[in-house]
Amino acid sequence: MNFDLSDEQKMLAEQARGLLGERSSSDRLRELIDARAEWDESLWREIADMGFLGVTLPEEFGGLGMTELDLGVISEELGRANTALPFFSSIILAADAINLAGSDAQKAHWLPKLASGEAIGTFAYAEGAAGWTGEALKTRVDGAALSGQKTPVADGGIATVAVVLARVADKPALALVDLAQSGVTRSRLNSFDQLRAHYAIQFDAAAAELLESAPTERVLDQLFDRAAVQAAFEAVGGADACLLMARDYAMDRQIFGRPLSSYQAIKHKLANIAVAVELARSNAYFGAWAALNDPDALPVAAASARLTAIDAFENAARENIQVHGGIGYTFEANCHFYYRRERTLALSLGGREPWADRLIQHLPGSQFKAETV
Amino acid sequence: MDFNDTPEEAAFRKEAREWLAAHAPAFEKPEGISEAEEVALGKAWQKRLSEGGYAGILLPKKYGGRGATIAEATVFGEEENNYHLAKEAYIGIGLGMALPVIFKHGTPEQIEKFAGPTLRGEMTWCQLFSEPSAGSDLAAVRTRAIKDGSDYIVNGQKVWSSWAHHSDWGILIVRTDPTLPKHKGLTFFVVDMKTPGIDVRPIRQISGASDFNETFLTDVRIPESCRIGAEGEGWACAMTVLMGERLNQGSEGKGGGIGALIRYAADTPRNGGSALDSAAIRTALASAYAEEQAERYFQARLRTMVSRGENPGALASMVKLAYTNRYQKASGLALEMRGPAGLIAEEGSETAHIQDDYIWSTALRVAGGADEVLRNQIAERVLGMPGEMRADKNVPFDQL
Repeated sequence: MNFDLSDEQKMLAEQARGLLGERSSSDRLRELIDARAEWDESLWREIADMGFLGVTLPEEFGGLGMTELDLGVISEELGRANTALPFFSSIILAADAINLAGSDAQKAHWLPKLASGEAIGTFAYAEGAAGWTGEALKTRVDGAALSGQKTPVADGGIATVAVVLARVADKPALALVDLAQSGVTRSRLNSFDQLRAHYAIQFDAAAAELLESAPTERVLDQLFDRAAVQAAFEAVGGADACLLMARDYAMDRQIFGRPLSSYQAIKHKLANIAVAVELARSNAYFGAWAALNDPDALPVAAASARLTAIDAFENAARENIQVHGGIGYTFEANCHFYYRRERTLALSLGGREPWADRLIQHLPGSQFKAETV
Repeated sequence: MDFNDTPEEAAFRKEAREWLAAHAPAFEKPEGISEAEEVALGKAWQKRLSEGGYAGILLPKKYGGRGATIAEATVFGEEENNYHLAKEAYIGIGLGMALPVIFKHGTPEQIEKFAGPTLRGEMTWCQLFSEPSAGSDLAAVRTRAIKDGSDYIVNGQKVWSSWAHHSDWGILIVRTDPTLPKHKGLTFFVVDMKTPGIDVRPIRQISGASDFNETFLTDVRIPESCRIGAEGEGWACAMTVLMGERLNQGSEGKGGGIGALIRYAADTPRNGGSALDSAAIRTALASAYAEEQAERYFQARLRTMVSRGENPGALASMVKLAYTNRYQKASGLALEMRGPAGLIAEEGSETAHIQDDYIWSTALRVAGGADEVLRNQIAERVLGMPGEMRADKNVPFDQL
């Protein structure tokens, strides 16, 4: 048993924290919001140059061949800095889907482009509030033509390629769609998170090729589980940032003649958040470890990481504003970035309920009845 | 990072598992045995552990321990927890609190005298710390010891002393100098519970049981040879005890707790199906399971720190705080999912155990560091927030 980051991983975290903290400052984030920017393009180039995009991708396709935990270290720092980057769409979801299920030719074509940041991918699964499983899944592939509407699609405006969840006959399938073609119409939506642009994408007999080197159900499970672990890391980073921001504000702010941080009501609030953050971080560590070393344990580990991370970030983002008082509600304070990002992370991939189902279904020896995710 | 055993740990686990399989089943606790029978069974199991070389895994071999690593102690504890053994406070306090403080602050003669019998299950211990006006504020103890030749004469009252009515010895903290500020005038002793003047009176608890006691000390003579550490250094000894206590508190580990609760929900009939068909119940139970797992992995992180010689300090309080709150929430949920039927239980049934858990959870949130005290520790020592304003700081105890 040695349940800690390695020295190299701690250095990686420090390196990422330094760069992202500097480039993704709160002033920069406000500037991006005011410009209604879709993303922080220059920062994307910088993290691509650092090799962050290809961390877990195979070396033969331009990646670094490192572990889920190395990726988690980066996800946590992206969450801490609340960056406006398509990392989750392009790397955690699209590149991973292609890596899990693509043919050698599909991988050779797309992975080096995604790892270098030259192409941006997204994963189009949702179809409005109706969901994306079973009967709710309406998007179809007939032959090589994809039709239907996906909404919301994160980073759908800047993505060059989408992995689209669609139906072939009565089975779910994953289709690779080049978004620069006439059969694709994209319209920007009002995103709750002003630093994560979302789109509705209409496909009218768009040219598509299936990812089919592995059974789709298994790929979807793996993809969601692995993404849930990375989303948990990102949420842990965001929650930790909120905790420290609230702590620092409380240390500075004087009220009734003493520091706000000296009031037990504030201390206990922040102590509870600190506990929730460490619990969520522990589950994220195990999820990353399981992704690599214990695939049978991954579904429960991923769901556990997701549930505890949602709890931690939700509470931290809410209480951060509360501790700041009225200032916390202003655009000039930085609390709102995290308050919006928290919901984005919690609702992408589905909220608590489907993950609770998934956890119970996959408990060892489980015969428990539950709806499928 | 590796969550699995190292090759050495795996070899030790195999050895421990085989030894336990051969010896532990005969010592499992049957339903409905008396307290006296349980204590006898616990002592017998401790004796068997000692014969097998598994008592006091962290303690030096020359005193009957194993001289092994924290990792091995953890592995053995995990394997031992697979059996329903008698290991309550009457065993745990001696191993987890008395011996650590005696080894750290005691003399070689004291170590010699107490280690062997405790490890062999021949000597059981209770903790005489809390008082009616000094629980969470432990340094506020009023029980007085006055030097008289080579003895100390002790007068006062202790409370919440678990299993004192079955204990051979107690660890005791008392005030020896009330003219000093409250943390400075304290001294630590071990005391033979059969000493004249010690009167142990069981307290009837809200659960109906009487695991705890009040202990009255009237002109109790304790020889100087039973003082642990120097006079006035009792607070350091008490901290050694509490630090060990904190690291040992926490979740059941492998999901036995909430996993069992989920099975119970699946077995609880509800509207033609089971309680687990309810999305609300599934979500609540899954969250509790996820928290339990997180506690387990967090403890793995703390053990990694300890194995490197780092002190987790107040981080250890996080596990206790999380565990006891989850325990209360989950046992309350378990009763709720039975609806009105959760109010009623046959003795010895699973529902009765859950009712006991729900009641016991209230004690857990107070014992071994109340929630509020732990939150202060986390805020101050982990987050670096200001300490509480202390009206008694640097004031001689007798002027408070």
